[in-house]
Amino acid sequence: MGQIEWAMWANEQALASGLILITGGIVATAGQFTQWYFGAYSIVAGVFICLLEYPRGKRRKGSTMERCGQKYMTKVVKLFGPLSRNYYFRAFLHLGLSVPAGFLLATILGTACLAIASVIYLLAATRGEQWTPIEPKPKERPQVGGTIKQPPSNPPPRPPAEARKKPSEEGEEVVAGAPSGPQENPIPVTDEVV
Amino acid sequence: MGCWILNESLSVMFVLSWLGVNFYLFIDTFCWYEEEESFFYTRVILGSALAWARASAVCLNFNCMLILIPVSRNLISFIRGSTICCRGPWRRQLDKNLKFHKLVAYGIAVNATLLDSLLTVNLEDPSNRIANPTTELLTTIAGITGLVISLALILIVTSSTEFIRQTSYELFWYTHHIFIIFFISLAIHGAGRMVRGQTPESLLLHNITFCRDHYAEWKAAAQCPVPQFSGKEPSAWKWVLGPVVLYACERVIRFWRFQQEVVITKVISHPSGVLELHMKKRSFAMAPGQYILIQCPAISSLQWHPFTLTSAPEEDFFSVHVRAAGDWTRALCEAFGADGQAPEESRSRPRLAVDGPFGATLTDVFHYPVSMCIAAGIGVTPFAALLKSIWYKCCESQTQPKLNKVYFYWICRDPSAFEWFADLLLSLETRMSEQGKTHLLSYHIFLTGWDENQAIHIALHWDENTDVITGLKQKTFYGRPNWNNEFRQIAYNHPSSSIGVFFCGPKALSKTLRRMCRLHSSADPRGVHFYYNKESF
Repeated sequence: MGQIEWAMWANEQALASGLILITGGIVATAGQFTQWYFGAYSIVAGVFICLLEYPRGKRRKGSTMERCGQKYMTKVVKLFGPLSRNYYFRAFLHLGLSVPAGFLLATILGTACLAIASVIYLLAATRGEQWTPIEPKPKERPQVGGTIKQPPSNPPPRPPAEARKKPSEEGEEVVAGAPSGPQENPIPVTDEVV
Repeated sequence: MGCWILNESLSVMFVLSWLGVNFYLFIDTFCWYEEEESFFYTRVILGSALAWARASAVCLNFNCMLILIPVSRNLISFIRGSTICCRGPWRRQLDKNLKFHKLVAYGIAVNATLLDSLLTVNLEDPSNRIANPTTELLTTIAGITGLVISLALILIVTSSTEFIRQTSYELFWYTHHIFIIFFISLAIHGAGRMVRGQTPESLLLHNITFCRDHYAEWKAAAQCPVPQFSGKEPSAWKWVLGPVVLYACERVIRFWRFQQEVVITKVISHPSGVLELHMKKRSFAMAPGQYILIQCPAISSLQWHPFTLTSAPEEDFFSVHVRAAGDWTRALCEAFGADGQAPEESRSRPRLAVDGPFGATLTDVFHYPVSMCIAAGIGVTPFAALLKSIWYKCCESQTQPKLNKVYFYWICRDPSAFEWFADLLLSLETRMSEQGKTHLLSYHIFLTGWDENQAIHIALHWDENTDVITGLKQKTFYGRPNWNNEFRQIAYNHPSSSIGVFFCGPKALSKTLRRMCRLHSSADPRGVHFYYNKESF
């Protein structure tokens, strides 16, 4: 539920179009058809589009699933500043890129798909959507011992907190194996939870 | 153990047989087109691209036929309901219908890519002597419909990625309806009869084996009149007509069910933000463990949300417990006045539509003399229906059922969300003690999350009669259960019974329980045996 973010779909569509352009371009160039140089163009354009569209933009509400390894391309795309943020620019860029591929049969499907992606981006732009890069969150260093109160020095069963007078040692491991405190268990204690 | 191997291997076998049929169709068609006499001259022009293209087209037809069947929800429920063919493991395959739908979709995508590339090669091939392939594409029926089909497929695929499904289900659902255009274009794709082979009459007159080497003498020689060709008639519609009609019926059924009246007989608002709805619908029959899909047109005309049924089949109503955990559920709770505001009489309750029930059932519990039911967290919901049903069968009915002992384990991190379930247990406890059947149900609640204050509170009230958290006679345990001890104790109590184990919760615990069942079942056929029923709800 909630508002549809058209840019998300446009991004998927543009990425797919890039792949289709590459495939069509390979078929045309390998087959050495007439005007095969359009095929070569199509491969280059396809690669460029895939690289541009690979980093997914951040959703307005909620968390966004990143594509695998997209943070490298995010840095590059971010460098273009307003050109990469603005979806109007992307819409017209895709429209422009799609036109030359339309002259060759092998890539005409790629043209059509990219044109549709361009239309969806235009729709997204009119609704005021923008591409925002997904920034990696700075890792919070866990505060060692910040919220942990003095860990107990004896294994259970323990006397209540008031009776515990001994100062405890640092560390988060409470009991693992042989206890080093004053209490010695007559029977070895093992964790039977499987 | 045997059940598990059987279950997984059935899925694998199913996928392998689907792949096998695909390969068989591909290779069979390929060989036919490579060797068939009537296409001899076509092969001279097109080479083996003809056979490749036709083979992938046949695979496409096959997959397009299959793709609509797994999403006919009511058909699948109907098959599951009929006991003729569907027992146990087979029934579980039906629960994987969406996975199969996606698998077939991948098959269509692969075949479509192959076919598109081959046809491009075909059209561009200089020996085919097409002057302007692009014009050829855009002026023939086959070309235009082919482009439309490919575009429709790509749009469906890009809007069905997991990301889009999660962020905007409506976009996914609306765009998926482009399949209507897909199927119409597929049906008329062959209308241009572009694949041309020699007619049978011409084959009789024109001797290929002789004439192929004597092209210069064709018109002159008597054995070689000019061959006549005719286009192959469209065949895609023959493949997809059945499933399309079936799916159309499915949508009609869904619409009819949507129109059916659902009467809301009771609305209970629990303090933990849980809304309980009691409903009635004509000819509604359920079994414990099943779920229904609920739609509230006032909130969203498109969304159907699944809820496990929490009432027993013996009751004259069916109920669900809805927790306000997202946009839709919160809106539903608000609409029914669960947010604290007293519902005015003038404010009419929103209309609900119910589809179902779907899903696997827990009725196998009654086939064992002793059953262990283990629920973790939200997995407790199907057991609400089950426990009520056990109560009805064992205490209220005249006949003595086979089941005479139920062990119920509930492992929970935050019980406050399920205090309605604790109430249910309390009422069951009192009713059973009234009837003198307290030995029937033995339940154990395990709390796995607590803070220091709670711990102190619990420690202070340890010696009281009833449990401080739930108010039940049986005390709540803290921490996770020691399954080894539990299973050992139960095996000791019931030395020669078969014990059914039913679980609803996370996979990790499921693995543990399966292992326990294996460990504690005795090798002696007359000894105790634990049967793990792997049901996913």
